[in-house]
Amino acid sequence: MDKQNTQDTQSDARPVLEGPDIARVLTRIAHEIVERAKGADDVVLLGIPTRGVFLAQRLAAKLEQITERKVPVGSLDITMYRDDLRMHPPRALARTEIPGDGIDGRLVVLVDDVLFSGRTIRAALDALNDIGRPRAVQLAVLVDRGHRELPIRADYVGKNLPTSLRETVKVLLAEEDGRDTVLLGAKQTAQ
Amino acid sequence: MSKTLIRGAKVLGGESQDVLIDGGTIAEVGPELWDADVTRVVEATGKILLPGLVDLHTHLREPGREDSETVLTGTRAAASGGYTSVFAMANTFPVADTAGVVEQVWRLGQESGYCDVQPIGAVTVGLEGQKLAELGAMHESAAGVTVFSDDGKCVHDAVIMRRALEYVKAFGGVVAQHAQEPRLTEGAEMNEGVVSAELGLGGWPAVAEESIIARDVLLAEHVGSRVHICHLSTAGSVEIVRWAKSRGIRVTAEVTPHHLLLTDELVRSYNPVYKVNPPLRTERDVMALREALADGTIDIVATDHAPHPQEDKDCEWAAAAMGMVGLETALSVVQETMVDTGLLDWAGVADRMSFTPARIGQAEGHGRPVSAGEPANLTLVDSAYRGPVDPAGFASRSRNTPYEGRELPGRVTHTWLRGKATLVDGKLT
Amino acid sequence: MQRHLISAADLTRDDAVLILDTAEEMARVADRPIKKLPTLRGRTVVNLFFEDSTRTRISFEAAEKRLSADVINFTAKGSSVSKGESLKDTAQTLEAMGVDAVVIRHGASGAPYRLATSGWIDAAVINAGDGTHQHPTQALLDAFTMRRRLVGRDAGLGQDLSGRRITIVGDVLHSRVARSNVDLLHTLGAEVTLVAPPTLLPVGVDTWPCEVSYDLDSTLTKSDAVMMLRVQRERMNAAFFPTEREYSRRYGLDGDRMARMPEHAIVMHPGPMVRGMEITADVADSDRCTVIEQVTNGVSIRMAVLYLLLGGNEPAVAHPSPTTTLTTRRSAPTSELRTTEEK
Repeated sequence: MDKQNTQDTQSDARPVLEGPDIARVLTRIAHEIVERAKGADDVVLLGIPTRGVFLAQRLAAKLEQITERKVPVGSLDITMYRDDLRMHPPRALARTEIPGDGIDGRLVVLVDDVLFSGRTIRAALDALNDIGRPRAVQLAVLVDRGHRELPIRADYVGKNLPTSLRETVKVLLAEEDGRDTVLLGAKQTAQ
Repeated sequence: MSKTLIRGAKVLGGESQDVLIDGGTIAEVGPELWDADVTRVVEATGKILLPGLVDLHTHLREPGREDSETVLTGTRAAASGGYTSVFAMANTFPVADTAGVVEQVWRLGQESGYCDVQPIGAVTVGLEGQKLAELGAMHESAAGVTVFSDDGKCVHDAVIMRRALEYVKAFGGVVAQHAQEPRLTEGAEMNEGVVSAELGLGGWPAVAEESIIARDVLLAEHVGSRVHICHLSTAGSVEIVRWAKSRGIRVTAEVTPHHLLLTDELVRSYNPVYKVNPPLRTERDVMALREALADGTIDIVATDHAPHPQEDKDCEWAAAAMGMVGLETALSVVQETMVDTGLLDWAGVADRMSFTPARIGQAEGHGRPVSAGEPANLTLVDSAYRGPVDPAGFASRSRNTPYEGRELPGRVTHTWLRGKATLVDGKLT
Repeated sequence: MQRHLISAADLTRDDAVLILDTAEEMARVADRPIKKLPTLRGRTVVNLFFEDSTRTRISFEAAEKRLSADVINFTAKGSSVSKGESLKDTAQTLEAMGVDAVVIRHGASGAPYRLATSGWIDAAVINAGDGTHQHPTQALLDAFTMRRRLVGRDAGLGQDLSGRRITIVGDVLHSRVARSNVDLLHTLGAEVTLVAPPTLLPVGVDTWPCEVSYDLDSTLTKSDAVMMLRVQRERMNAAFFPTEREYSRRYGLDGDRMARMPEHAIVMHPGPMVRGMEITADVADSDRCTVIEQVTNGVSIRMAVLYLLLGGNEPAVAHPSPTTTLTTRRSAPTSELRTTEEK
């Protein structure tokens, strides 16, 4: 899905967000969460592996700075809930780590790097369903590149990035990739 | 009287000769023969002419298992493979342990017209190893049985074996032993060794064969009888027979084509087409068997042709029947393993597959030299041919060959039984 | 195209580690309120059991149901299935019903291999134990249990069992568990020692990638895990050993022997245990004995195997084609193998 379409990024891809932009964007999202969640005291951040988890952890740190309270953060692997499982070989599973107090009655904010077709979020909602019953679920993404295939929208968007389907969006984060940047490139045509 | 002229065949692989068949007899052998009465000329330049092959160990399944083979289909398979005489094993239903059953098989053979059938009589009643069958009556019957065997089962009781060896001396018979110590082979499914350990299949240890052979050659020596060892399969058995012969013990032994070519590594496929008794052994055993056949320690090749219907092989290993068909591929396998490897020449093949088996089994008129005045039992082989084995073309009713798709050399093109062509250009008449 | 799990010997190190890692994630599903994943929704799995084994069947069934597969249980014990044609007919019947996978337990060694290669059926075949041949998911759950206990749940991720010393004790001759474990543990880098009376070791064991000893006491002190195999009392009647008493004295694990094992070492058993034979009650009930954990882990491992074989459009762990299987067997050079003679 989203990440699927960002794999073939060409080397001539151009950055659309740099390190400082990403930091600033996350700070803004943190403030928006506090504002909309009225203090964010029941917020649980769940990142979608791989890069969503790092973004969730960064957001949690910022929320803690703002609210001076510990914000539960975890990860939610959606692999087993994907709707395209039978179109690819099985993928290695990533970790699902639900914070100790669970998600029942909480405001769960799902965090992912790129919002594209919306299918990943659909799978995440299904996965959440098997884990508990949140008071509400919201979605934060670093980049919304459009082209939704499902009726899903993000509550917090770092950057709206109009793209064509022939383009790829690649988020690089220091924790995984050694640097922070968002690259926009042309999809390589299949050999 | 019709006369056939075989032109330019290498007789026993030697010089090119013409062979003139007159009626049921070879009239003349020599260069550039001609006779005004020749009605048929077989152009045989480059081909090998052998005496008709003799198989001392065939399962024709009739009576009782006509779904796998009958005397007719079995003898057609034999003719296709170049055989003019086969010895039919006694493990039919009912068992060939009376004069009545052996005469029935013998008569069916006579009627088939493709190949002489010499019934083998059971040593013990019902192959049960407890009570001697009426060996004398079977010998005196029209079938004139001289070879006795409980093949499929071992005459494991030492006293019964001793008595059988002694008893048949009275009429010059021979006991052919299926050497398999029964207790050591309970639950046996394949050769015991590295492969069986991995596959978790019940082991059939070499010692179960060798211990019986050792006992029986000593018994034969003690009572002054001759003994024949069926389908010898291990290097250790070769050593025992070699030792026995060096002592002057009258022992003869046979090896099957499949034991000259295949090893237990094939069982890794769990394909029951490789399930056979005695089981496929190791490479080392195969090499020892070839060498022993070459040096005469092993006297003959016998097919142990064991037809089974498809459902008995199209199943899991444990449930499958043991045995392989062999009449139609025997000569090719022998060419592959013995001739093309330089271990044996065609004269040697004639000895191991015709002269000696006929002598052991006293098959009158078979295993005779290719010379004037002899019965015209002949086989013509195109040894230059090489091609894949196609079971669909078998004359046998069964298809359980381990060689399907395997490239083998040699093809029998003609077979004559007492001058009558049973196989012409690879086609049964 | 091939997507079967027939033998532990067919798994590469990376395959095996992927299965163990996946099982670790599957294990976490058991902690959730809803212990179910939608992954195999719409896929049909048949548990084809020609041999009684309630625990293995239940374990597979639990794994299949947790992955939302449709499960059909077919128990053929005691019917005409000992005749070969029935396996073929049964297979073709299942094929006609459109099953996606067959989990087969069979008393005949090689029956799952035959099912997978005979062309009778297109479904994936998972061996749940065949004769005295293989039981690959048992070996995987054993390795999983060892990795958790000896390396750690999280620390173990991505890791194999390099350098761990595993001792397997008992009726190796009749044990598919022993065969599977020797294959898999060797692949995972462990050093395996088989301990048994010589009568209960197969001819040819000297070519296996492990050591062989007839003496339990000398190997116990250098074992990280000791796996006790079930010894059936009936073996006594076939002269494999003289008496139950003598067997347990020489090869049974009791409290005294367990005390001589290194402190961290665990005791394993594939079950069902014969208490008083190969293992005493105090050892079986001690917290060093992982037998209950092994049962729990069995479900996670089977979920992982089912997911990796059926979860996508092709298997993530590749079973080699039959022809490769024939050549890539245990291949440890004989010269490296030692047999520890009894002192």
